[in-house]
Amino acid sequence: MTRARREARVRAPWPLAVPAALATVFLLFPLLALIIRAPWESLPDLLTDPSTRHALWLSVRTATIATAICMVFGVPLAWALSRASFPGRDLIHALVTIPLVLPPVVGGVSLLLVLGRRGIVGRHLDNWFGLTIPFTTDAVILAQIFVAMPFLVLSVEGALSAADQRFEEAAATLGASRVTTFRRVTLPMILPAIGAGAVLCWARALGEFGATITFAGNFPKTTQTMPLAVYLAMEVDPEKAIALSLVLLSVSIVVLVALRGRWWNSRQAQGIV
Amino acid sequence: MIRTGRKARVSRLAVPLVLVPALALLAAGCGSDDDTATAAPSASATASAEPHKITVLAAASLTETFTTLGKQFEAAHPGTTVTFSFAASSALAQQINSGAPADVFASASAKNMTEVVDAGNATGPTTFATNSLEIAVPADNPAKIDEIGDLDEAGVKVALCEAQVPCGVAATTVLDKAGEKVTPVTYGADVKAVLTSVSLGEVDAGLVYRTDVASADPKKVIGVEIPADVNAKTSYPIVALKESKDAETAKAFVDYVLSADGTKVLTEAGFGPAK
Repeated sequence: MTRARREARVRAPWPLAVPAALATVFLLFPLLALIIRAPWESLPDLLTDPSTRHALWLSVRTATIATAICMVFGVPLAWALSRASFPGRDLIHALVTIPLVLPPVVGGVSLLLVLGRRGIVGRHLDNWFGLTIPFTTDAVILAQIFVAMPFLVLSVEGALSAADQRFEEAAATLGASRVTTFRRVTLPMILPAIGAGAVLCWARALGEFGATITFAGNFPKTTQTMPLAVYLAMEVDPEKAIALSLVLLSVSIVVLVALRGRWWNSRQAQGIV
Repeated sequence: MIRTGRKARVSRLAVPLVLVPALALLAAGCGSDDDTATAAPSASATASAEPHKITVLAAASLTETFTTLGKQFEAAHPGTTVTFSFAASSALAQQINSGAPADVFASASAKNMTEVVDAGNATGPTTFATNSLEIAVPADNPAKIDEIGDLDEAGVKVALCEAQVPCGVAATTVLDKAGEKVTPVTYGADVKAVLTSVSLGEVDAGLVYRTDVASADPKKVIGVEIPADVNAKTSYPIVALKESKDAETAKAFVDYVLSADGTKVLTEAGFGPAK
């Protein structure tokens, strides 16, 4: 934990400086273009349009619910992966991160195969309870949980692995049960990581597109989230697509600001992920 | 201590980092090998033929017919490669007007073609086929749909095309004419998205073109006719685009679609005559 040690800053030699500069331009220019080409005059109308409001509200609502569910299930999973011993732990550790690298549309297809009306589980839900998941807001949330949960799990698990376990051991020697130790000692230690993981998880859920359009479909107010609205607006009204994109860009910047302590300071960033 | 620990971690990561893209490249390479293998003999057979490549943007409802027409056209013009991009006509029109490189545009609606012509990207489109709508239902017809009047019954899950897509415009016309107030559960980005929802059994019915029902697997999707008096007829115009880098081949493809051979393929798939 020798975070105080600072590295010396040097002038970058050109073989490193040129690609670094190009990479910076490449990453930032498209975002700049969004601002340059934004239809500023019609922006208020486009953004107050009821369809925009519905999409934004749906996105914020579903991403928040998805994040809450990810925390309820993801934090215990992260704890189990970091602290518990059970057979196949390494394998499960690898498997739960698959959605992180899996193309989201594949996630959507897989969810449909499990929870669709003819799916392995969905068939029974339909027959026994008359419950169908696809094309509902629940499906949007499930798709978001699928793609976003690994972000939370990895953040929290990283913090758990980096945390000093002697505190937990001390609590245990003083007679605290495992649950009490988790609640009173571990949880407070990793709270910042849970916060950061939740913000990442929320941002990922908010941006979810592929799994959503495949599994949840596309209907205003129930399943048409902001990314879907951007995609569909691009086909008829590119100006509206730009306006909606600006909203999502602003949200991303807010997320970045919220995480500034963790990402803008690269030393601390090693604590997460 | 820390140093060595880090190093080990990096090299463990490096293996999959190199391997994964390499495998992906290998898989992609195997696929294209086949293409070149089949293309090579025909190219060498007519040594004079220069390689021609055109990109055709076509309405999603033309997926099967145009794929067939493309193969036939390639066979008739050795050394020519036709690449297709199938999507909603409204989306394709938008892409063309945003400068997407393409040679031919085949639209499922006159409206989207007019958008492209008005933007100065093409002149003089020709109608080559017509189509009408049909109700597609899963083969076991879970909601017992027998006629258009059944679509507005409670609990019937219906998929329609997005309102701006040609099949969505046609669907609105049909439902208005039939006096049906249908609230779908989802809007497909194009007609094939609607057909997929039906064939997966995720919806009870979808409004698609009759040619889409004809092209679908009868074990999965069956059609329910819509009476002519409430049906909507759509026309399909085609045009060679101004920005084409190979105007000659583009025009040859348009002519081929309009030829007797082209009409035959379209008619067999259930498309109506252009009038």
